[in-house]
Amino acid sequence: MRSLLGLLKEGRVLVSDGAWGTMLQERGLQSGECPELWNVTRRDDVLAVAKSYVEAGADIILTNSFGGSPIRLAHYGLEDRAAELNEAAADISREAAGRNHVVLGSMGPTGEISLVGSVTKDELYAGFALQARGLKKGGVDGILVETMSAIDEAVSAVRAAIDSTGLEVACTFTFDRTKNGQYRTMMGVSPAEMAEAMKAAAACVIGANCGNGFDQMIEVVREIRKIDSSTPLLVHANAGLPEYREGKLVYLETPDMVAERAKILADLGANIIGGCCGTTPEHIRAIVRELKVS
Amino acid sequence: MEVAVRKIGECIERGKVNRTSPYPRDMLGQDGSDELTRQALDSGITAEAILQACNEGMKRIGDKFGRNEVFVPELLMAAKAMNAVMSHLKPYFQTGVVKTKGKFVIGTVAGDLHDIGKNLVAMVVEGNGWEVVDLGVDVKTVKFLEAVNENPDCRVGLSALLTTTMLNMSKTVMGIKSRFPTTPVIVGGAPLTQKVADEMGADGYAPTPQGAVAFLDRGAGR
Repeated sequence: MRSLLGLLKEGRVLVSDGAWGTMLQERGLQSGECPELWNVTRRDDVLAVAKSYVEAGADIILTNSFGGSPIRLAHYGLEDRAAELNEAAADISREAAGRNHVVLGSMGPTGEISLVGSVTKDELYAGFALQARGLKKGGVDGILVETMSAIDEAVSAVRAAIDSTGLEVACTFTFDRTKNGQYRTMMGVSPAEMAEAMKAAAACVIGANCGNGFDQMIEVVREIRKIDSSTPLLVHANAGLPEYREGKLVYLETPDMVAERAKILADLGANIIGGCCGTTPEHIRAIVRELKVS
Repeated sequence: MEVAVRKIGECIERGKVNRTSPYPRDMLGQDGSDELTRQALDSGITAEAILQACNEGMKRIGDKFGRNEVFVPELLMAAKAMNAVMSHLKPYFQTGVVKTKGKFVIGTVAGDLHDIGKNLVAMVVEGNGWEVVDLGVDVKTVKFLEAVNENPDCRVGLSALLTTTMLNMSKTVMGIKSRFPTTPVIVGGAPLTQKVADEMGADGYAPTPQGAVAFLDRGAGR
């Protein structure tokens, strides 16, 4: 098992992987289909995506388990298979990564909001714990809680993952630029509030993912580094917001554009850089190349 | 009397549901929209006056949300406070003492299971005096067509969070427009822009719930 913190101690900026959802869609995943089910029904396709990022030179790859909490899987009637589907997700990425790369188990939000009582804190915690145990059983090195917008859900996921697996746990939130130029999650959380809460929950790496492209990610990193100069920072940015052209969706940020911004992110103090929606192995390859040169 | 009604509007804006609700903290232990509406009705204040105050409170919080001064939690709590009022006012709607502005059919498009944005819009629109027919998530075009058929005077709202389901949204807009050309269709959701909405052939695009209300209140397309 590799330690993410151990790898970070080597001092180099690490490269993570790119999008999974959009890559699986290219392989035929339909909208409305459960992506995590593919870990057992279309294992080879999921493995191919994982391998494509290892081959692109990523140090870290994630797992196809973003929506793998039983609460989320219940939308497809698959809540009883949560342990199995998460274990399979981890097993696939482990196979692609071998022993030399770090595998982080992806855990995304449930889509439920405890504030209005659509889910209880105990249900959130229990669901994330079950997911994390499945990921550990399948062989992940650590857990990445990602795309969070509410502090309570993120704390619940981070604590559940730490308590149930003892693994290193990272957590990233999704920020949007508000009309007055500040960055907030849809629940109103600022980068500074995220950093404070996640460190208190004992996440060992914090950061941001998804959002509106690499340029805005640069501003988010700047904001986090203003108040925290030492906690390792992970960023997974989108290749911009997609545009709709002739019946198809196109992400406009090219591998070259993204690589150039990855350099800026590294200079500002990001420690792990990868992509979210719309990024491909080509984007990751370009980032690896850019960061090696510098 | 005016004070009592204004207080209900304030509870909507602040998201104060009832006496036992811990939210917002500075109103701890005070009556919420639930108790105040009951008291107002008992003291002879009309349902119409209460509804008017609520609509104004909802508009204030909706506008703040649109300006990014408050976020999803504040809006959700406002909607909850509004629901409490509506449960008291239901009999007045049923007997026709007060009337809704019209019907709004809403759903998240096929392939998309995200309901937070759709629910926010539904709640704010309802809080502004419209009757909402919520079709849920992963709603196929045929289900929207059935709903329009059953509610011929309705307006339709389509929601999508996933970039990939925008394609399904586009098909649904076309489906509705080809069978019901005069039914106004408005779209919204994180990946959308006015430009995309125009390309789809939608009548409107609302980046915020209050934007949807503004579209409906303008009577657009009718």
